[in-house]
Amino acid sequence: MPSAIEIDNLTKDYAVGFWRKRPQRALDGLTLTVEQGEIFGFLGPNGAGKSTTLKLLMGLIFPTAGAARILGRAIGDVTMHRSIGFLPEQPYFYDYLTARELLDYFARFFGFSGPERAQRVSAMLERVGITTAADVQLRKFSKGMLQRVGLAQAILHDPQVVFLDEPMSGLDPIGRREVRDIILELKRQGRTVFFSTHILGDAEMLCDRVAVLVGGKLQGIGSPERIVSVKVQGMEILAELPDGRALPEKLAARATRIGDRWRIEVPEAGLYAALDDLRTAGARVLSVAQVKPTLEDFFFKLLGQEKKPDFA
Amino acid sequence: MTTIPIVAQNTFREAVRDRVLYNLIFFALLMIGAAVLVGQISIGIEREVILSLGLTAISVMGLVMAVFIGVGLVYKEMDRRTLYAVLSKPVRRSEFLLGKFAGLVLTLAVNTALMTVGLLAALAYVERGLSGADAWAIVAVYFILLKLALVTAIALLFSCFSSPLLSIVFTLGIYVAGVFAPDLRQLGEVSGSRAIGSLATALSYLLPNFHNFDAIAAAAHGRAIPGALVAQNTLYAALYIAAVLVAAAAVFSRRNLK
Amino acid sequence: MRSVNPIVAALLALALVAATVPLEIRIGAATQTVAAEREELLLRSPALVKRLSLGYETLAAEIYWTRAVQYYGSKRIAHDPEFQLLGPLLDLATQLDPQLLPAYRFGAIFLAEKAPRGAGRADLAVDLLKRGIAANPGEWRLWADLGFLYYWDLKDYKNAADAYYRGSRVPGAREWTKAMAARIGEQGGSRPISQLLWSELYESTKDANIRRNALEHLQTLKAEEDAEHLAEYVADFAQRNGRMPLSLSDLVTAGLLPGLPLDPAGFPYRLAPGGKIALDPKSPIVSTTLRP
Repeated sequence: MPSAIEIDNLTKDYAVGFWRKRPQRALDGLTLTVEQGEIFGFLGPNGAGKSTTLKLLMGLIFPTAGAARILGRAIGDVTMHRSIGFLPEQPYFYDYLTARELLDYFARFFGFSGPERAQRVSAMLERVGITTAADVQLRKFSKGMLQRVGLAQAILHDPQVVFLDEPMSGLDPIGRREVRDIILELKRQGRTVFFSTHILGDAEMLCDRVAVLVGGKLQGIGSPERIVSVKVQGMEILAELPDGRALPEKLAARATRIGDRWRIEVPEAGLYAALDDLRTAGARVLSVAQVKPTLEDFFFKLLGQEKKPDFA
Repeated sequence: MTTIPIVAQNTFREAVRDRVLYNLIFFALLMIGAAVLVGQISIGIEREVILSLGLTAISVMGLVMAVFIGVGLVYKEMDRRTLYAVLSKPVRRSEFLLGKFAGLVLTLAVNTALMTVGLLAALAYVERGLSGADAWAIVAVYFILLKLALVTAIALLFSCFSSPLLSIVFTLGIYVAGVFAPDLRQLGEVSGSRAIGSLATALSYLLPNFHNFDAIAAAAHGRAIPGALVAQNTLYAALYIAAVLVAAAAVFSRRNLK
Repeated sequence: MRSVNPIVAALLALALVAATVPLEIRIGAATQTVAAEREELLLRSPALVKRLSLGYETLAAEIYWTRAVQYYGSKRIAHDPEFQLLGPLLDLATQLDPQLLPAYRFGAIFLAEKAPRGAGRADLAVDLLKRGIAANPGEWRLWADLGFLYYWDLKDYKNAADAYYRGSRVPGAREWTKAMAARIGEQGGSRPISQLLWSELYESTKDANIRRNALEHLQTLKAEEDAEHLAEYVADFAQRNGRMPLSLSDLVTAGLLPGLPLDPAGFPYRLAPGGKIALDPKSPIVSTTLRP
C-alpha cells in the first residue's frame, strides 16, 4: 500500500523585492512521510511554511526543488485529485452560489450521476450542519459557516486523503467539536487526514503524529508525547493554608497563589521535605502531581531559540 | 475534457447572476426609440439606420462585455482565491481556462442572439415586415460574434497575468490596432523606410484583423455576403483563437498562485 | 451626527444642478466658435472621421446624412441663403458610406440649386454624382440624376443626353431614360422635357424636400406655359379691338376666357404694362421671366 503522502526535500523560494530579487526561502528541504490511516498534524507559528506546503501539495504553487507524491502519484497528476480533498485556509467561494449549488458544482467534477450527486450533497450539508442555510447565497454566510462549507466540499467525494488548512479557524467551540468528530470519523473509516494548525491543544488531542515547522524548516516529527521530552520536570503541590498562617519561607519563593490556594513547584527529590514543611505550617495538601512539559512549552522553547521568521 | 462544460456552465451562471444580461434592457430601449423616431429624422434610409444602429450597438455592447468580463475571468479567481478549491478537484488548469472561455462566449452568444431578435423586431416594425435581404443581418451578427470570441480570448490571456485595469488597456489597444490593420498594411507599402515598412507590414499580419469581420455596411444595404467570406472568417477566427488560448494555457499552467 | 435628510439632499442637489445651467449656457456660447472650427476641420477631413469611426462608418455616414438634411432645412427656415457646409457634409457622408444613395440625389439637387434654394454649386454636385456612379455602377438613377443636372442647371445638353444614354444601358433602367436621351439629343432644352423630368423626379422620391422643390419648379414651368397662352389671347384681343386690353377681365368680358385665370398657386394672373403677363405679387411662384 503506497504511503498517503511522501514529501522529499521540498523547497520553495520566493523572489522578494522589486529590483534586486533576493530569494526568500519559505520552505527549506522538507522531508516527511505520512502513512495511510494516520491523522497527521502540521504545526507551526504563523508564517512557518505550513500553508506553503499545502499549496505545493495541491499544485497551486510549484516547488523550487524537491518532489512529493500523494498515494504514490506525483503532485502534478490531476487524476490523483479524485482521491484527495482540500480545505483552503480562509476559504472563499463563489458568493453568488448557494451552499447546495456550490457543492453540486464541485461534485460534478467527479462524474457522479445526477441523483447520486444530489444525495451526497444533502448528506454533506447535514454532516457539517448547514442544512437550514443550504439555499442561501454564500455571500450571506458567516466565517464559521463558510468553514463548514469548505469542509463539506473537501470530503463530499469520499477522498482517501484529506488536507485541511486550519480547519478549526473561525469556528465556535461547538463547531470545533464537530470538526474534531468528523476528523475522528474519517480516521475510523480508514482515511488519512493531514491538517495544519497553530492550536496545539487540537493537535495533542487528535493526532497520531505531528510535524513541527518553524521558519520553513522541519524541527521535529513524531507522536505528540514523543516530541516533547517525557522527562518529568518536577512535582506540583496544591495546598491550602488556614487563615492567618503563612507559607514557610523557602517554599514561598517557588509558590504561586491561585485564589485561596497555593501552587508550589519542587524538584522530585525535594518532594517529601516540602510536604513536611507544609505539614508543620498547618497547610492542607490538596493534590500532588507530576509536571510534564506540553507541546506549548516545547514550542516556546523552540521559538526562543529561533529568530522570528520575517515574511512581508 | 468533460470538465470544460462544467466550468463553462458555471461561468455562464455567474454572468447571469451578475445581472450582465440587464444590458439587454438598454438595447431594447435603444431599438424602440430608434424604430419610433427613425421615420421623423432620417429620410429614405429608415431600414439602413435601424440595421446599422442595431448592429453597431450589438458590436459595441458585446465588445464592452467581452473586455470587461474577460479581463476578470481568471484574475478574479486568482485574486479572491476561489481557484484554490477548484484546482484541488480533478481538473487541469488548461481545462479550467477553456471552460472559462467557453462560458463567456456562451454568455455573449445568448446576449447577441437576444439582441438580434430585438433588432429584427424593430426592423419589422419600421419596414412593416421582414424581407429576404434582412437575413444578411444575421450573417453580420455571426461575424460580430466571431470578433467577440477573439476579443474574449485576448482578454482572457491578459487575465492570466495582468491586473484588470492594465488588461483592459492592452486588450482595447489590440482591438483598435486590429481595426486599423489595413491602414497599417498600407503604411507598410508606401513607407519610405524599408525597415519601418516591413515592420508595419509584419505587424499588420500579426495583429488580429478585425476589419474583416465588419459586415455592417453590407447588411444595412441588404447586399449579399459571400459564403467564401463566411468560411474564411470562421477559419481565421478559429485559428487565431486557438493560438491565443494555447498561449494563455501556457502562461496559466506555470503560474504560482498567491 | 445625524444622517442627511434625503429630501433635503435631493432638493439641494437639484438646486446645484439648476445653478449650473446658466453657467453652461455662457460656456456654450463661448466655446461655440471653437466647436464650429473643430467641426469645420472634421468636415473637411473624411479620412480622419473614417479613422475616428473605429469601424462603425455606416452609422457615422447616416448621422452625417441626417445632419446634412437638418442643416438644409434649418437654413431654409431661417431664410439663410448660404449653404456652405452642405457640400462637405454630403461629401463626408458619402465617403463614409459610398452606398448612401439618397445623399447623392439630395446633393444633385440642392448643391446645384441657386440661392435661396440651394448652394448654387453645380460643379460640386457633378463631382458628387460622379463619385456616386463610380461606387454604385448598378444604379441607373444616378446617371439619370446626373443627366438632369447637366440639362437643368448647366444647360449642357450634350452631356445630359450622354448621361441619360449611359443610364439607360444599366440593367434595370427605365425605358424613359433612353427616350429622354434621344429627345435631348435632338431638341436640347424645352419646356415639355423639363416638365417631364421634374414630374418624374417628383413621382420617384419620398424625400419631402425634394418633392417640394420639384413641385415649385413644376409650378413655375406651368405658370410660364400659361403666360405664353395668355399672351396669345392678349395678342388676339389686340388684333380684334385695335388696342391692348386694360386687364385680363377685358378678355373675360370679350368672351376669350371663361374666367379669370389663376396660376398654379391659386393667385390670379395680372396684365403688366406693355401687354406682358405677370404674376400676382402675393403669389409664391418663382419665375425670372414673369417677374424680372
